[in-house]
Amino acid sequence: MTQKTILNDAHRALGAKMVDFGGWDMPLNYGSQIEEHHAVRRDAGMFDVSHMTVVDLHGANTRDFLRHLFANSIDKLKVPGKALYSCMLNEQGGVIDDLIVYYLAEDFFRVVVNAATHDKDLAWIEKHAPAFGVKVTERKDLAMIAVQGPNARAKVQSLLSPGTREKAAKIGKFVACEGDGLFIARTGYTGEDGYEIIVPEAQAVELWNRLLAAGVKPAGLGARDTLRLEAGMNLYGQDMDEAITPWEAGLAWTVALDEGRDFIGRAALEKQKAAGVARAMVGLVMDEKGVLRHGQRVVTAHGDGEILSGTFSPTLGKAIAFARVPAGAQDGVSVDIRGRLAPVRVVKYPFVRDGKPIDGV
Amino acid sequence: MNEIPGDLKFMKSHEWARIEDNGTVTVGISDHAQGLLGDLVYVELPSVGDEVKAGNACAVVESVKAASDIYAPISGEVVSVNSALADKPETINEDAFGEGWIFVVKPSNLAEESEELLDPDAYAELIENEEH
Repeated sequence: MTQKTILNDAHRALGAKMVDFGGWDMPLNYGSQIEEHHAVRRDAGMFDVSHMTVVDLHGANTRDFLRHLFANSIDKLKVPGKALYSCMLNEQGGVIDDLIVYYLAEDFFRVVVNAATHDKDLAWIEKHAPAFGVKVTERKDLAMIAVQGPNARAKVQSLLSPGTREKAAKIGKFVACEGDGLFIARTGYTGEDGYEIIVPEAQAVELWNRLLAAGVKPAGLGARDTLRLEAGMNLYGQDMDEAITPWEAGLAWTVALDEGRDFIGRAALEKQKAAGVARAMVGLVMDEKGVLRHGQRVVTAHGDGEILSGTFSPTLGKAIAFARVPAGAQDGVSVDIRGRLAPVRVVKYPFVRDGKPIDGV
Repeated sequence: MNEIPGDLKFMKSHEWARIEDNGTVTVGISDHAQGLLGDLVYVELPSVGDEVKAGNACAVVESVKAASDIYAPISGEVVSVNSALADKPETINEDAFGEGWIFVVKPSNLAEESEELLDPDAYAELIENEEH
């Protein structure tokens, strides 16, 4: 049975082309994916991300629990409202999911995980929570709207009460505040500034319509994918999974090997690091015409690799991709596109940040 | 959805063919097909002089979403390709039955092969059924 978010009728009324995504009936686009992409890069767009799973963790030992559960260090969160991106690993160091965790109080943390991994994530969290006396509550009563783009924050703020507006205007990147019944976080998945707003379902349709009236363009999963790839952000299931460690997925920056912290997967990660990581995730740009796609073979002097996420970048006007390749591959790399070897450049990503191509891309 | 022009014939795989006054056949993809593909970003054209065979893949259109083969509705020699699509593939999204044509063949077996194609009403029925 396909699940629907509270905004399903709103999407259909806007003429959205709907697709199944992780068991959810979600908008792919509302006409043109590329126009929606540009709206986010140049002005403000919004995404219904209510399919994502919000999990609240309560208990005096929640921080201890998360020290154990996450590869990134929860102790980086020192001020209430602050957010952290982390992977949750299995004992082999493979990625169960990537997520954002918010520190709200010493006995209250909020975690947002992917929709497609809902069941296994909750099972994993619930398996390890009892040892720390942590209560796990899935918040099915909450919807979520991501408003992203250079003008996104101003447009959201125009809809808030004066007190909440002041708080929302003040928060730094990767910080959340609350007001008007909303949980407003300055986070996102597009490489643009903006907010992700967690809203009670009963208020969600009204908020969506007010954002529309404020000139925020609805954008679908299609644009969300090209935006996040340009921004150099991993997609779970495509760029990494349980057989892949953060070292192999370009996520070393999210692993904190802080002294004395025994997180799940740490031993395996240290072992792999000591032995040398054989594969690396790299960014690719193709200057010729054509599109890089998931699954295409990448040919390097060190052996073959494969494209993980690949797409046409509307901002750059050419194809970009993430690929997993043998470590050290840099020059003379090409991609097998329908039997033809097309030359590509290995580049540092992100490809685009704050509306602009990164130098060297 | 655009009106389907009455002078076109269709494949089930959504290519259209128009028999021109000079006996050549112009080929494109339907408005319905471009809608399914979404924003087109790349077209791999056949070369002038290529021999194409009805039912065989002879071009590729790529949208942001996916790559899709284009099948030749009619066998023959490619005598012209729409090279404007190299820089403006979105022309197919904007005008699939007109400016978004892809290539022209000089047919080798037109009478027989055109019998295999759908007329506009049959094609309209096909996509109607697909949508339900």
